[in-house]
Amino acid sequence: MSIMEYCGAAIVAMVGKDCVAIASDKRLGQQQLTVDMEFQKVFPITERTYIGLSGLATDVKTLHDRLRMRVNLYKHREERVIEPKTFTHLLSHMLYERRFGSYFISPVVAGLDKNNRPYICALDTIGCIDSSSDFVVCGTAATNLYGACESLWEPDLGPEELFETISQTLLSSIDRDAMSGWGAVVHIITPSGVITRDLKSRMD
Amino acid sequence: MDRYSFSLTTFSPNGKLLQIEHALAAVGNGSTSVGIKAANGVVVATEKKTGSSLIDVSSLEHMAMICDSIGMVYSGMGPDFRVLVNRARKAAQTYRRTYMEDPPVRILVKELAGVMQEFTQSGGVRPFGVSLLLAGVDDRGPNLYQVDPSGSYFPWKATAIGKNMVNSKTFLEKRFNGDMELEDAVYTAILTLKEGFEGQMTEQSIDVGIISTIPAVEGEDTLKQSKFQRLTQAEIKDYLSNIA
Repeated sequence: MSIMEYCGAAIVAMVGKDCVAIASDKRLGQQQLTVDMEFQKVFPITERTYIGLSGLATDVKTLHDRLRMRVNLYKHREERVIEPKTFTHLLSHMLYERRFGSYFISPVVAGLDKNNRPYICALDTIGCIDSSSDFVVCGTAATNLYGACESLWEPDLGPEELFETISQTLLSSIDRDAMSGWGAVVHIITPSGVITRDLKSRMD
Repeated sequence: MDRYSFSLTTFSPNGKLLQIEHALAAVGNGSTSVGIKAANGVVVATEKKTGSSLIDVSSLEHMAMICDSIGMVYSGMGPDFRVLVNRARKAAQTYRRTYMEDPPVRILVKELAGVMQEFTQSGGVRPFGVSLLLAGVDDRGPNLYQVDPSGSYFPWKATAIGKNMVNSKTFLEKRFNGDMELEDAVYTAILTLKEGFEGQMTEQSIDVGIISTIPAVEGEDTLKQSKFQRLTQAEIKDYLSNIA
């Protein structure tokens, strides 16, 4: 079994009309053993940029800490808030720095830029950016998520429709993945603020 | 040799760093440079002084592009300027390597000012004998900064450094107004240089660099569109003939 599948995760981000959504499950496991049902995998970077980190839990925590440090330094040095695209390139740079001893992480970034344009992308473990105009997924349930996204997502969804779509996508995907699930969390990023909702799901 | 004089810049009893004052004197002997921030861009201009008429002036470079969005001129010592150009270009590329975008002008200025400060406090070195003018465009619009050998930096609407700095600044105070367009600013910059110019000003004896903020096209990056450029001799000639 790959170290990327050791802890289990399901993370998905979607673009809507003037909004983006990012959602994840809450399970932390050691292979088949579930250790935690409230494990955070999606983190706010700025007020309107979020990152989802799937992969090895220790690297999730380490990378999140290092990102927080770099973004805070950026904020102080440049006296401005980092844009999602700029942040993604910073993240890509940090991952490629560890080209031959990489973090066991595949991240997803979702945010609104200064013109309220949605931005989402996924990266691989060494920082190759895969940007998308519809949806991105990662984690052990990635293949399930792709299928659900392909059939449920449509363009120009409003915040509430997008919430419904991403929630159904995530819930149906984790039902068919033993390594992820045990509750979920959804963030909808809109120009007027972020809506965060916890979802109940099958706990088995 | 005094065994405690590792640093050439030691505080004098009255609290001054003499080497920095001397560095400023070196700047004061250098050829004049002016910079003007217009409503839609920035212009910098400088004299190209030559000791002999036998020098091929076309090869002289008193002005350097640091990255697409930032350019730089100096007054003072040429060789010192080239060191700073290298440092600035490297800093700009390092920034680009991390964030995939050009640095904001203020960030690059801070970086350079940091380098220049280091040379007032390190052992075995001397301060830079140059003052710099940096012209650039970023998210905040057009920017004009001056950096001194001490490592201090100032944002300006319009300023001059070098030999004729005092007269040029007085001239600029009279001529400058905030909603001047870039085209007007180029004329004003050339006129300012002409104030204290020794001999006949020709297209070969000055260097002019411009960068403009082009109105943003929806969905496109503003920074991609503006580029620092040195005016060609033909362009400078046109400006000069319109003045005369």
